[in-house]
Amino acid sequence: MNANPTHSISMEALGKNAPTDTAAAPQTCLEVRNLNLYYGETHALHDIQLAIPRRQVTAFIGPSGCGKSTLLRCFNRMNDLVDGVRMDGQILLDGEDIYHPDVNVVDLRRRVGMVFQKPNPFPKTIYENVAYGLRLQGIKKRHILDETVEKALRRAALWDEVKDRLHENALGMSGGQQQRLVIARAIAVEPEVLLLDEPASALDPISTLKIEELIFELKERYTIIIVTHNMQQAARVSDYTAFLFMGRLIEYDKTNTIFTNPAQKQTEDYITGRYG
Amino acid sequence: MKSWFKSGTPWIWLNACAVSVSILMVIGLLGLIAMRGLGHFWPADLAQFDYMERDGSMSRLVGEFHETEEVPAEQLRASGDLNIGDEAWVTRHLIKTGNRDVSGMDFRWVIDSRISSLTYPRPLVAVERREWGNLYGYLHSLREAGRTVAEGEAAWKPFMERLARAEVLHAQIRAIEKDEIGSINSGMERLRLAKRKLELEGIDDPARLTAIAAEEAGLQQRYAGLQNELLKLYEAIQRDSVTFTVADGKQVHVPLAKIVRAFRPNAMSLPDKAGHYFAKLWEFVSDEPREANTEGGIFPAIFGTIMMVMLMSVFVTPFGVVAAIYLREYARQGLLTRTIRIAVNNLAGVPSIVYGIFGLGFFVYFLGGNIDQLFFPEALPAPTMGTPGILWASLTLALLTVPVVIVATEEGLSRVPRAVREGSLALGATKAETLWRTVLPMASPAIMTGLILAIARAAGEVAPLMLVGVVKLAPALPLDGDFPYLHLDRKFMHLGFHIYDVGFQSPNVEAARPLVYATALLLVLVIVVLNLAAIAIRNRLREKYKSLEH
Repeated sequence: MNANPTHSISMEALGKNAPTDTAAAPQTCLEVRNLNLYYGETHALHDIQLAIPRRQVTAFIGPSGCGKSTLLRCFNRMNDLVDGVRMDGQILLDGEDIYHPDVNVVDLRRRVGMVFQKPNPFPKTIYENVAYGLRLQGIKKRHILDETVEKALRRAALWDEVKDRLHENALGMSGGQQQRLVIARAIAVEPEVLLLDEPASALDPISTLKIEELIFELKERYTIIIVTHNMQQAARVSDYTAFLFMGRLIEYDKTNTIFTNPAQKQTEDYITGRYG
Repeated sequence: MKSWFKSGTPWIWLNACAVSVSILMVIGLLGLIAMRGLGHFWPADLAQFDYMERDGSMSRLVGEFHETEEVPAEQLRASGDLNIGDEAWVTRHLIKTGNRDVSGMDFRWVIDSRISSLTYPRPLVAVERREWGNLYGYLHSLREAGRTVAEGEAAWKPFMERLARAEVLHAQIRAIEKDEIGSINSGMERLRLAKRKLELEGIDDPARLTAIAAEEAGLQQRYAGLQNELLKLYEAIQRDSVTFTVADGKQVHVPLAKIVRAFRPNAMSLPDKAGHYFAKLWEFVSDEPREANTEGGIFPAIFGTIMMVMLMSVFVTPFGVVAAIYLREYARQGLLTRTIRIAVNNLAGVPSIVYGIFGLGFFVYFLGGNIDQLFFPEALPAPTMGTPGILWASLTLALLTVPVVIVATEEGLSRVPRAVREGSLALGATKAETLWRTVLPMASPAIMTGLILAIARAAGEVAPLMLVGVVKLAPALPLDGDFPYLHLDRKFMHLGFHIYDVGFQSPNVEAARPLVYATALLLVLVIVVLNLAAIAIRNRLREKYKSLEH
């Protein structure tokens, strides 16, 4: 149920992109093997190797254009939608290759939820936003929908703010509320993994704080991967941090280690602000 | 000066001028149409005067002053009228004298200077007849079955009472002739076709034939009953008649059955006139045309126009939206899609008469002809669908307007933010689910915009309709109480074509001209109402699906 601290040893072994043979270990939720990704002629991701621990928060940091969002979008195959993307290598979710031809992308996306940089609620009511994924699964019973919507909104720490206006348009909410609504929408379908792509970058500091608190609570249940520009945020919310630069995974370790004692000079330069 | 140019002030002035000129032109256009058209229904005073004809003889004229203009004396002299004095310019009036059956014409020009002893006598009566146009004259006598009941001024009151009775009878006759006998006729036709069908298919089913025969006999019996009733009604309505003394002293005999309404404009007070005005206006929008479309109302044309536009919307929206979805969402963007898009845009510029010809050739002759062969062989050689009708007309117009809908829908689809689509996909929706649940609703205001443009174009289109379904006088509306209620094969009337027909094909152009303006005003109003309805729907959708732009 809860995160097992002993597994971190195997994680640390990954620190220098070392190949791993611990794929079967229950602690690892997602594993990336020799991932290369190309946008047309551009080689966007170089030979990425990493293992994401279950029910922990993993942060991807790095300068703009380093490939951290691209890597994130590999986990729920969002890159499939982009023309001209080619990739090789493997990504294993619970030991199964998500790029295998037999994998149903729709099922995969139900297991791996995603929250985007800009809040993107649908122009529907708050209730319908949260129920969207459930309705897609064909759930029509009112009481099941009601229960699940309430549970998801409670987990996203939004229930108390919106319980009296569930049937109002979601676009009337503030940006921070919208982003928590989008998180509620994602967790309503009970995913295993939650991908957060700079979830707080469009929000004010107070909303950001709320989102961070929420992430802290959510890691009890979900494996969370967060992409962020904000190094303080990465330090605050994550257990593990991966530093990417120019499409390469430079360093991946416990957050504490990365921020206090990075193994690589590049990581240190970035963290201390020498890359700007 | 240079800095004045640089400041942009002249540019602003230029823009403002362009806008004001456009607004003035629109207001002027509508004002002109409204004034000319709506003035027609006001009961004009009837003038009586003595007039010196060009040969010097005197005659007495009665009529409405219709128009006044100044003409060069030369022009009149050239036309043979030398009795006009020495002025270089002569004032002349167009008088509506009515009494077409007596004098052979409705209108005549009179020279102002030759008019004398002009009066507006209160007892003058204006009579609107079902045939022969208006009659102006003095009430002489009222007769019942050939026997005089009242004479002169005293006859007015009984005349009005009996006229009301005649109107009730007339309405009953019309109801029987048009609705009941009409439905018997369509029933008989249905049975005839059923019999013919059995014959064609070589089925010898005595039971069914007897059933048909029995039904036929029932209809025949009903018909005979109605015929009897009609006979009685006709007898009743022909009981009364009235005699008028017209301007030159002749007497004109008119049965009450032939009178629509009679009134004394010179004796009417302002509220009376207003009441008369609105009654006429209501008749105009709610009644059927009479006398080769120069009198009566234009209801069938309003109905036909609206129905045609609605049918067109029903056809064009799904077709255009589906095409746009394929082009924007599914087709691979490349040379082929670009070419198709250009072709679609160019289709919008093809002259509408070309669509009319296409509609006639493809829909009417090819599709309709084949449908007749396949489904209505019993009616051949009379065509059922293989003839112009409202279905083919709305399909032709749908084809004409589909590019507009495609372009607007594509625009709307492209404006749905990528973030929303990804949000939906990330929740496990397929592309089709995302389209149906999120993208299409968000694009619906743009789709409505396309539809608004399509309606605006289709409602005003006339040329193609003349080939594929519009007629100057349709005997029945495309929607009525006879099974199957919606008759898509019927021909229909259309306001645009009505304007053309009344204005240019009418035997009585002077009388019809105000109706042309009134019809034009109504056409504009109908288009405005259709557009406003669509805009209201669009604005509601916009409010509901306002996009995510922060």
